[in-house]
Amino acid sequence: MAEITLRVNGVERSLSLDTRVSLLDLLREHLGLTGSKKGCDHGQCGACTVLIDGRRANACLALAVACDGLEITTVEGLADGEELHPLQAAFVECDAFQCGYCTPGQLCSAAGMLREPGPSAVTGDLTEDPALTAEEIRERMSGNLCRCGAYVNIVAAVHRVAAERAREVAGR
Amino acid sequence: MSTIGGMRRVEGREKVTGRATYAFEYAVEGAAYGHPVQAPIARGRITTIDAEAALAVPGVLAVVSSADPPPLGSVEDPELAVFQSPQVAYHGQVVAVVVAETAEIAREAAETALRIEYQAEPHDVVLRPDHPRLYAPERVNPAFPGRTEKGDVEAGLADAAYTVDQTYTTPALHNNPMEPHAAIAAWEPDGSLTVYDSTQGATAHRDTIAAVLGLRQDQVRVISRHVGGGFGSKGTPRPHVIVAAVAARAAGRPVKVALTRQQMYDMTGYRTPTIQRVRLGADEDGRLTAIDHDAVEQSSTLKEFAEQTTTPTRVMYAAPALRTTHHLVRLDVPTPSWMRAPGECPGMFALESAMDELAEAAGIDPVELRVLNEPAAEPESGRPFSSRNLVACLREGARRFGWDRRDPRPGVRREGRWLVGTGVACSTYPAYRRPSSATAVAEDGGYVVRVAAADIGTGARTVLTQIAAEALNTSPDRVRVEIGDSDLPRASLAGGSMGTASWGTAVVRACEALLKNGGQEGRADTSEEVAAGSAFARHAFGAQFAEVRVDADTGEVRVPRLLGVFAAGRIVNPVLARSQFIGGMTMGLGMALMEESFVDPRFGDFLNHDLAQYHVAACADVQDVEAVWIDEEDPYLNPMGSKGIGEIGIVGTAAAIANAVYHATGRRVRDLPITPARLLS
Ligand code: FES
Ligand code: FES
Repeated sequence: MAEITLRVNGVERSLSLDTRVSLLDLLREHLGLTGSKKGCDHGQCGACTVLIDGRRANACLALAVACDGLEITTVEGLADGEELHPLQAAFVECDAFQCGYCTPGQLCSAAGMLREPGPSAVTGDLTEDPALTAEEIRERMSGNLCRCGAYVNIVAAVHRVAAERAREVAGR
Repeated sequence: MSTIGGMRRVEGREKVTGRATYAFEYAVEGAAYGHPVQAPIARGRITTIDAEAALAVPGVLAVVSSADPPPLGSVEDPELAVFQSPQVAYHGQVVAVVVAETAEIAREAAETALRIEYQAEPHDVVLRPDHPRLYAPERVNPAFPGRTEKGDVEAGLADAAYTVDQTYTTPALHNNPMEPHAAIAAWEPDGSLTVYDSTQGATAHRDTIAAVLGLRQDQVRVISRHVGGGFGSKGTPRPHVIVAAVAARAAGRPVKVALTRQQMYDMTGYRTPTIQRVRLGADEDGRLTAIDHDAVEQSSTLKEFAEQTTTPTRVMYAAPALRTTHHLVRLDVPTPSWMRAPGECPGMFALESAMDELAEAAGIDPVELRVLNEPAAEPESGRPFSSRNLVACLREGARRFGWDRRDPRPGVRREGRWLVGTGVACSTYPAYRRPSSATAVAEDGGYVVRVAAADIGTGARTVLTQIAAEALNTSPDRVRVEIGDSDLPRASLAGGSMGTASWGTAVVRACEALLKNGGQEGRADTSEEVAAGSAFARHAFGAQFAEVRVDADTGEVRVPRLLGVFAAGRIVNPVLARSQFIGGMTMGLGMALMEESFVDPRFGDFLNHDLAQYHVAACADVQDVEAVWIDEEDPYLNPMGSKGIGEIGIVGTAAAIANAVYHATGRRVRDLPITPARLLS
């Protein structure tokens, strides 16, 4: 057993845990935050994606004890009260999910991805921050599987939010 | 696309905020964790089970196995007869469950402390077309004749100007819904049982679970409000739910069981591999003179599941001679089951590939060949179609896709490293309907509609809300639909693409009854209405067009464009329908290019049993996938005028892609998936 303290969606939580517990099971089984999903428990599907200190990560691959002192954001922490995060609103509007089981991971992954600078494997010019085209989004979102096959709509939803942000930045 | 009309999902907000609760996620007081243990041999028997060390692990509450078989009631599905016998029928069959205070302890005890010894026997797990134990099943899923024949097939082939005689294979495929199968079982002091399960039908699951456990139906309640996909694999109860129930009884506590992704490959069904021989004959003009379609497939030693692989061929094309047959062999494998469009999906890969080969042989455009062989009535039965707009789908698709600019010659378009080609194939799926019941009640200034339907991602909750609102002549925001609970009025499964037709009929009738009864309450049971049947052959149709680019050096296949045009009756919600169609097509793309479960002949298991090795399409694999439909009015279906749309999207996709790969490269790949290795060999 180990004592750990971490912040989850802005709330400090202290727990005594079996050292084998993953961050994902900490969230789902110990804190009752079941929004983060378990699709494979092996880092192969992305359903468990959360933000650790603002960066996207597979919660099933992180041991909870290794997250002592860190800041975790889950899908439950994306909205601002009743006001949906722009990605959440875009997912609803674009019908970017069917069963909804991959959705929390897609949302956290997209939220993290929008803040990730730099080129990807499909970027032509490696010296510049590329625009988030559909092709870039597809590449950067490929760690999140969707068996319902909602990719076309997921890309549309993420693209919509990315374009809004780009316009805001340009307008400043 | 977001500007197109159509109500968004009523549970959308819950799903994007993480508040939608799936089976394993209910907060059940005092729940313990069960970890299923699987047989490491493909055939044989258990000789020893020693649970002493496992029970000594601190935190372990119980071990259940065939050492002390838990009493069961009447078990029709032998896959659910858990822990009843020391016999092992397949690698990965569940042989024990360890229950503990935490998931970590249960797994530790199961993997390090529970000792089970086996006497292995030689096993037979490989499907082959010359297997000595092949037999012809009488019936194929669910109750079609295994064999049909009309006219003289051999004479038709002998007289033909053009013939095709080829064998096509499809591998074992796994449904792989993103939510692993899971259940929480909680016994009440009065001996009744509540199960939170991930199912495609609470009523049917409740009935089966009650029978297996020897309980009355009213002693079991199945709750399944949100389901993380199923694609057929959650259509019947799986062993894990019985395991959870007997484990909970043994531990005296509620028990949660979630299968691991790896365990799902053995315990939740899969699509049988198929070996299909298709023979086609056509006259000088391209008119079919004979069709012969045989499928070789497998089932387990436990029970016969015979996929209806060649049944779509009974529906598709006019020919004076038509024969469809199935052959099955019982192997030491898990029982195959339903996976999205069982039958139609692999069957149409073979038939539509063969049609492309015939078009090439006869020098006829593949769209025109299909139009030419359009039947006046259902070919096998002779019954009239309630509606059939396949030709309209082909024409509309050809127009949108730019088919008229297509040069038919294979292997002649090259852009840099990429060989480019296009292909077409048809889709079909039956329009089924099953009895269901529903109630509609005026409550709190609006209406509540109750039906034990399931929303596995199809949008059923939303579509039923719309259907009820229309029947009640009110707006959808005044209607609340409750589904996903066996305590609600009995309803059929979310399967066979018949959810909307079955539940929608019951909802409409209940709403009509409410209006007739003074606006307070109405109930309906559609058993009689559905049993009346129809004199018509009722099917949805579609045409799929694919553009592919094949890397001439590596054999990598990309699919820049997929277009599906469907004729599926009235489309109730265009936004959700499009998602269903493109979702099916996306799964079809995976089937065409990457999905394959490898059987290890030596150990008898599925080798690549996880998502790192079994590849489903990822975001980067899916480019421009679009689905549209033509207006189709069909008064012979149901009050909505709708045909099912959940499965037809995956039917024909793989053939369209394979045909495009041939057009791009001049190489005909008849064995799925179309991997670089197959293209380069
Ligand atoms: S559950 Fe973590 S990646 Fe699949
Ligand atoms: S919405 Fe079902 S897996 Fe993505």
